[in-house]
Amino acid sequence: MVPRRKKFKFRLYIAGDTQNSASAISNLAILCKKHLLNRSETEVVDVFLEPDRALADGVFMTPTLVKLNPHPVRKIVGTLILSRRLMQCLQLGEFA
Amino acid sequence: MKVERSRRAVITGKAPTGITGFDEITRGGLPDGRTTLLSGGPGSGKTIFGLQFLIHGAQKCKEPGIFVAFEENSKRIVKNCEGFDWPLAALQRKNLFFVDAQPRPELIQSGNFDLGGILAALTAKTRQMGARRIVFDALDVVLSMLPDGIAREREIHRLHDWLLLNHVTGLITAKVSVEDGIHPANQPFGYLQFMVDCSVVLNHRVHVGVSQRSIRVQKFRGSSFNEDESPFVIGANGFDVAIARKANPGNGKVTFARVTSGVKRLDTMLGGGYYRGASVLITGFPGTAKTTLSGAFAESCCQRGERTMFVSFDSDGAEVVRNLKSVKIQLTPHLKNGCLKMVSARNITGSAETLLVHMKRIATEHRTRCLVIDPVSTLSKAGNELTAHAVAERLIDWAKSESITLVCTSLLDETSSQSQYSAGTPLQISTLADTWIHLNYLVQSGERNRGISIIKSRGTAHSNQVRELILSDAGVTLADIYTAGGEVLMGTLRWEKERAERIAQEVADVGGRLKRVSLDAEEAILRVRAKSLKTELEAKQIEKALLLRTAKSYKRDVSGTRARMRELRGADIAQQGRR
Repeated sequence: MVPRRKKFKFRLYIAGDTQNSASAISNLAILCKKHLLNRSETEVVDVFLEPDRALADGVFMTPTLVKLNPHPVRKIVGTLILSRRLMQCLQLGEFA
Repeated sequence: MKVERSRRAVITGKAPTGITGFDEITRGGLPDGRTTLLSGGPGSGKTIFGLQFLIHGAQKCKEPGIFVAFEENSKRIVKNCEGFDWPLAALQRKNLFFVDAQPRPELIQSGNFDLGGILAALTAKTRQMGARRIVFDALDVVLSMLPDGIAREREIHRLHDWLLLNHVTGLITAKVSVEDGIHPANQPFGYLQFMVDCSVVLNHRVHVGVSQRSIRVQKFRGSSFNEDESPFVIGANGFDVAIARKANPGNGKVTFARVTSGVKRLDTMLGGGYYRGASVLITGFPGTAKTTLSGAFAESCCQRGERTMFVSFDSDGAEVVRNLKSVKIQLTPHLKNGCLKMVSARNITGSAETLLVHMKRIATEHRTRCLVIDPVSTLSKAGNELTAHAVAERLIDWAKSESITLVCTSLLDETSSQSQYSAGTPLQISTLADTWIHLNYLVQSGERNRGISIIKSRGTAHSNQVRELILSDAGVTLADIYTAGGEVLMGTLRWEKERAERIAQEVADVGGRLKRVSLDAEEAILRVRAKSLKTELEAKQIEKALLLRTAKSYKRDVSGTRARMRELRGADIAQQGRR
């Protein structure tokens, strides 16, 4: 189990100013506020502005959330609608 | 504005695919700057088609391309394509780029998503390498992850708009069940078919255990196209689509030159042999020496030094060579010096179409001038009945365009009636062939003899006679046949008839000689008689002359005697005075 003090590092790839992008950003913010207060860090990458990064990182569907820390690295595609599966993936299950 | 301009510019443009036959069907290729959907079942050749389209663009059209792989790893795709003659590695450095976009199995999906990421990445890549062609392989994989139909339509639209905006020629492949009767709208990704400008369907059916691939253009906005289904095979160079007629038929030269059939008397029957570049059909029941006749042709071609190919479906090449040796057709030396190529086509499996492609390839590699196919009727074996005729047609068309002299044999079913062969061979290629020679058996008085006749020969005078075909260790030859009392005599009957005639001739000869001798004798006798008569005549004449002379001298003697007597008597003075 992930110790409580461990810091979470996310990278969220979005594609411009779309409905999906906005949903993903707000859903992630809610999740962090609820479960990872003050111990998460999120970088938002707009693939329209940085297309080379999308190619290099292999991000083809947007929005995509990458959990860089703690290991293992996980990729989640979609608007991050809160679900049991999402929580399990982020290893936040027992705190849900 | 930019979109409008590019749309107008591409209406007539075509992006050639470099696929043999396909560019002819679509009159030039895929719509340039537009989107094409390539749908087909699993294993129907979608990925190969896509790759070939990109390779041709990169290699021949100076149009770099991007391959977006949604299903298979690009490394595996490259590996799988090692079997083709494609310079993938060389192209990959510059003009061909693979994007691995397979959704990973551990990928978690949570909520709605779109293809913005990949399109943004592709925009960057397209600009960087100046790509003009792009293939989305197995788009259905990604589309099926979307939650509902509305989302799918939205993403299809997004993709379409992106392609138009960037003015690249797009090819989307998708696994679609192509069962006939299902309305496209009801198919999982039916919306794609309405949106795209061109739709191509690949079919892969199995008919009586034989795989038959075919390709069909379903729609092509703003262009005419061949609407029929065309068979294709995947060969060493990728797709090879068969089309009934070449775009420029008759580029083979028509010539008056003749080539020998390999049998002297048959040449005479044909008025000098086959035409060069002609298609000759030899039909016959099993064992009527079709192979032998075509072997004789092959040998004569090699003797002239022409590169010849002998495709044998029935038996192994070495067996054919051995069997032909028994009738003094020597193929071994030609085989050794490379002039002749024996192809045992028994080990080429697949549909008639596949066989044709294989034969074409081997013939081209061998630079064949004369081709023998023994028997061509194999093409119509089980499972190929529907396509065989078209394949045979294309075979003849191809041979003609390459100026190859083609000799095909065709097996007739022995159980089929005589009237059936006159209607046509199983493949019905008799109408396409220029010369049609028919071999048959004539069974009479416990014998089976081979008869040869020319049913037709376009443009050459030909004999109307049935001849007997004789095979012996001295070679192949034809013999006259006898017609007696409406019956055709062959084999032993012919021989007997010949013998009887020979004897009659001898008798007549001897009789003539005898008569002459007796006449000579009579003449001699007469001559002798004439001579003796002449001699007799001479004797008589002499006798007559002697008689006359004797008579005269007697008279003189008589008067002389009287005077002398008077003188001696001295009494008859008066007589003297009277004198």
